[in-house]
Amino acid sequence: MAGLELLSDQGYRLDGRKATELRKVQARMGVFAQADGSAYLEQGNTKALAVVYGPHEMRGSRSRTLHDRAVINCQYSMATFSTAERKRRPHGDRKSTEMSLHLKQTFEAAVMTQLYPRSQIDIYVKILQSDGGNYSVCVNAATLAVIDAGIPMRDYVCACTVGFVDETPLADLCYAEESGGVSSLALALLPRGGQIALLQMDARLHQDHLETLIDAAMTACKGVSKVLDEVVRQHLQEVSVLTRE
Amino acid sequence: MLKSKTFVKKTRSGGVLKIVREHYLRDDIWCGSEVCTECKQESTVLQRDTCIESNLCAYPHYLIPDTNVVLHQIDVLEDPVIRNVIILQTVLQEVRHRSAPVYKRIKDIIHEKEKHFYTFTNEHHRETFIEREPGESANDRNDRAIRVAATWYTQHLKTSESAADGLKVVLLTNDQGNKQKAAESGLLVFKCEEYIKSLIANPELVDRLALTNDEKNEITSSKVLFPEHLPLSRIQAGIKSGSFLQGTFRASRDNYLEATVFVPGEGEDSTEVLLQGLQNLNRAVHQDVVAVQLLPRDHWVAPSSVVLQDEGMAKDENPEEEEEEKAVTAKKPTGKVVGIIKRNWRPFCGMLNVSQIKESTRHLFTPADRRIPRIRIETRQASTLAGQRIMVAIDGWPKDSRYPNGHFVRSLGGAGEKDTEEEVLLLEHDVPHQAFSQAVLSFLPKMPWAITPEDMKQRQDLRQLTVCSVDPPGCTDIDDALHCRELDNGNLEVGVHIADVSHFIRPGNALDKEAANRGTTVYLCGKRIDMVPELLSSNLCSLRSNVERLAFSCIWEMNHEAEILKTWFTKSIINSKVKHNKNHDLFAYLLYLSQMRIDDTTMNDDITKSLRGLNKLAKILKRRRIENGALTLSSLEVRFHIDSETHDPIDLQTKELMETNSMVEEFMLLANISVAQKIYDEFSECALLRKHPAPPPSNYDILIKAAKSKNVAIHTDSAKALADSLDMATVDSFPYFNTLLRILATRCMMQAVYFCSGMDSDFHHYGLASPIYTHFTSPIRRYSDIIVHRLLAVAIGADSTYPDLMDKHKQSALCNNLNYRHKMAQYAQRASVAFHTQLFFKTRGVLNEEGFVLFVRKNAIIVLIPKFGMEGTVFFDSKDKTAPNLVFDEEGPTLTVEQHTFHIFDKVKVTISLDASNIQHQKIRMALIDPVISGVSVPAEDLEPQSKKSKLDR
Repeated sequence: MAGLELLSDQGYRLDGRKATELRKVQARMGVFAQADGSAYLEQGNTKALAVVYGPHEMRGSRSRTLHDRAVINCQYSMATFSTAERKRRPHGDRKSTEMSLHLKQTFEAAVMTQLYPRSQIDIYVKILQSDGGNYSVCVNAATLAVIDAGIPMRDYVCACTVGFVDETPLADLCYAEESGGVSSLALALLPRGGQIALLQMDARLHQDHLETLIDAAMTACKGVSKVLDEVVRQHLQEVSVLTRE
Repeated sequence: MLKSKTFVKKTRSGGVLKIVREHYLRDDIWCGSEVCTECKQESTVLQRDTCIESNLCAYPHYLIPDTNVVLHQIDVLEDPVIRNVIILQTVLQEVRHRSAPVYKRIKDIIHEKEKHFYTFTNEHHRETFIEREPGESANDRNDRAIRVAATWYTQHLKTSESAADGLKVVLLTNDQGNKQKAAESGLLVFKCEEYIKSLIANPELVDRLALTNDEKNEITSSKVLFPEHLPLSRIQAGIKSGSFLQGTFRASRDNYLEATVFVPGEGEDSTEVLLQGLQNLNRAVHQDVVAVQLLPRDHWVAPSSVVLQDEGMAKDENPEEEEEEKAVTAKKPTGKVVGIIKRNWRPFCGMLNVSQIKESTRHLFTPADRRIPRIRIETRQASTLAGQRIMVAIDGWPKDSRYPNGHFVRSLGGAGEKDTEEEVLLLEHDVPHQAFSQAVLSFLPKMPWAITPEDMKQRQDLRQLTVCSVDPPGCTDIDDALHCRELDNGNLEVGVHIADVSHFIRPGNALDKEAANRGTTVYLCGKRIDMVPELLSSNLCSLRSNVERLAFSCIWEMNHEAEILKTWFTKSIINSKVKHNKNHDLFAYLLYLSQMRIDDTTMNDDITKSLRGLNKLAKILKRRRIENGALTLSSLEVRFHIDSETHDPIDLQTKELMETNSMVEEFMLLANISVAQKIYDEFSECALLRKHPAPPPSNYDILIKAAKSKNVAIHTDSAKALADSLDMATVDSFPYFNTLLRILATRCMMQAVYFCSGMDSDFHHYGLASPIYTHFTSPIRRYSDIIVHRLLAVAIGADSTYPDLMDKHKQSALCNNLNYRHKMAQYAQRASVAFHTQLFFKTRGVLNEEGFVLFVRKNAIIVLIPKFGMEGTVFFDSKDKTAPNLVFDEEGPTLTVEQHTFHIFDKVKVTISLDASNIQHQKIRMALIDPVISGVSVPAEDLEPQSKKSKLDR
């Protein structure tokens, strides 16, 4: 029996979406009072929690202090119950270290770190439920958390994965698609300027297709940014109503 | 627009996993009907006028088949009469899950525009999606989903303005429960048989209905003939624990009560399990994957050497008696079939045995392949089908039936007719020969086609060169052309230009997949089954004269001793100046011209110079190749002179080789070798190469023995030694001896095969004495060459790669298919020649010919008739006569019949006639005339002495 049919002839994917459609994105900001900034974001069945502390003084080894800008410290983790099989995930395994590093690079490109020399910003992201596109969901959640913390950014950072099936780019892959042998690419974008904060791909893909794939990823990211923007505005409205009272 | 709904699924992989998937429901899935005004669809599939006329439904209607109808009645659905059908996604998914071939067929139908099949994505439609209820099985849920979708369609079509048309939907199902529930909910529902029988247009369609399980009442006899098959789960458990073996079932050609199961193992561990008796065969059909259980050792038997053919309703023969005698011979592991893992049923060709009872609608069908059991089918057109070749598919084999049940698929035409027999041999050799589908044709370039500047980018313009193509007569797929010119430095530049097929066939599209599946163009007598559509094979890729064509060129700089100084490859554009045809009567003039041109030193135009240079180099190349130990083998190839009107063969001739032929061949070999080296250097892991393994020494026994009988020694230590000793082997009084020896030597050889360089370490090509070889020069008719073109294009940076090209496992799987297709094409070709030979003898009646003994067997000699390039067997024992005194000596080998002793290479005279007693298996019969042996030889039948004599003396 061949694997799953990722894209039917009628143009529908496994879960009924069309090629360019994103999963349903739902988000809330300011979920925790104790942290400086926090956000919860669902993208389909992938759910992530992001918490931001800072900017504050350097903790731990002071030698890492940068004199012209803030240090961004990211930590990525997955809940034991986030996947189909319960699995203890110790800190610092290779995958999450790599993910942490990617997040760090993404946010170094987006946060205006030069405003806070000799200080540190901590971003903690936890995947509560995993159904594909972990990196992008983390980035999107962390963006909201950073905004909630009131740290100035150049722009929203929005991320999205895209895969390539039957000569068609599929936006926002779910787990079944990711594991179905699709060459996928993750891209983090600063949508207004169209700058790419991070691009990651570890599958084989023909060079000719790269451009179409990146284009599709950028459109998808812009779609995400619209949703995030709405969430932020909504949140602001609520907060301002509260403060007025 | 999106509605999210999550549902929970449990699957088992190791442990129990809870899989959560999203399932979006949409409200933008349209109904696909022309009449609908509600849906905002851009294009519609289903027509307003449904044009199926049925007694049951006198109104226009769309059909919705359920899964089982699609699975079992795909033959009916494929009929052009059935149109305007809604295939639900639920059905499609279930079909995909249950049968890959049917899935492919239904997809092909959906793609066909004239069929008006529409796929309705009901699982994602907001109003037709249903959730599985507690306690409901997956099948029940799917049935309900189908009913819900049908209901939705009924409502939907009613509400649209076109209700006046009275358009309705009809659900087809064979399931009683489903039908009842559907009727209760107010749907129009019919059984598939009911509906098909009600069709006014063609009553024949009824015969194509597959028999379904619930109406076997008449066949059932109370006696249960076969043991029950075990369920799959138990089989799998048994295989894991080692109590069962899994293997491919291979029925015996000669004995219908016997079969072997080939159990593949690691390397040498493959075993064969013998099965005997109907009970033990237990309804397995040739090529099925089965599970067998070994019998205790004291039940093991030896294969019986008796020929048994299933002669109708004969009761259980007793093979046990035979076994007693055979107890002496080696016993083999013996077992019985306990279950079928995978059926490998395909439609079978054959003929109908019309039942004795005139009114009966049940008949037995005898397949052309003896390894397939007879099949019981139901048809009302037995009288028309008698004497025709028909195709039948097996539907099932209940345990209380002696024969499997099947249904009629289609008629191929009258038995013995040329077209029919050709079709049969294509089908039986698994040669894909259907017309190319729309999906495939859609990837052809649009006509009128012209070379665009885009194409020019990667190409070298060689239009100014004098390039000429040399190909056999009547050939429309010209894939090679040559040029030769003198360079300023005195050296020669020689180019081989091959049609650039890979430019038109892009990897991964339907056209490419079809070509990869076909693997090769199959040449039958007077017919060609193309690998790529004709537009490419005979036009755009054919290097015709005086038109600009895209080519892939391999160019050498050589000195006058034919030593290669420099090799380079490039994509190019050429303009072939002259096409001149090799050896054909009509083209004798042209041939003469080319011969003249080659030898006549007074002519000095470009073409002549070019040809002269090529010819000179080719001779040197050939000499050098032979010095290296390349073999010149011989096999007689036959050409038929075909009557231009009736297309019947009117004469047989063996092909001869011409100088131009071998000249072109020499350069093709050189190009192939150069390309093989290049792609191997560039892609050591995934180059597609061709090898010809050296045969094991024992293969040569027959050749050495045969030569010894004429006091000639043959050395087989190396290819070189063999080639030399073959050259030396001549007997003055017997000029044909050398050719015969070469024919024998050819039979000793192994099959050359394609392989992927990353999967093998032995690259040697024995016959050509080349360390590396591939196929590059005929991309129009061989898929291997297309792959080689792609590899080479990547190597020189003219094209891009794709993942499958670099995957050695995929490459290797492709090689297996290509090898299989090539083998089958060869068999089909031989079968076609054999058939035409039969046709020839049918028109010619009885002929007397001279021949040579090629092999000597225990009870027969095999005679080669050089004039027709055909072989036949002269049997010395036959059923109705008492056998003469036969003494077989294996050392010679010789066979003494009464007083006369036959040696290999003996000259004999035989009479040839067509034996048409078995209409399915007509064959050529030979009988001995000279030497005269009383009781064995037959008197020469001099029917037309005059004409015959003159022929013989020629």
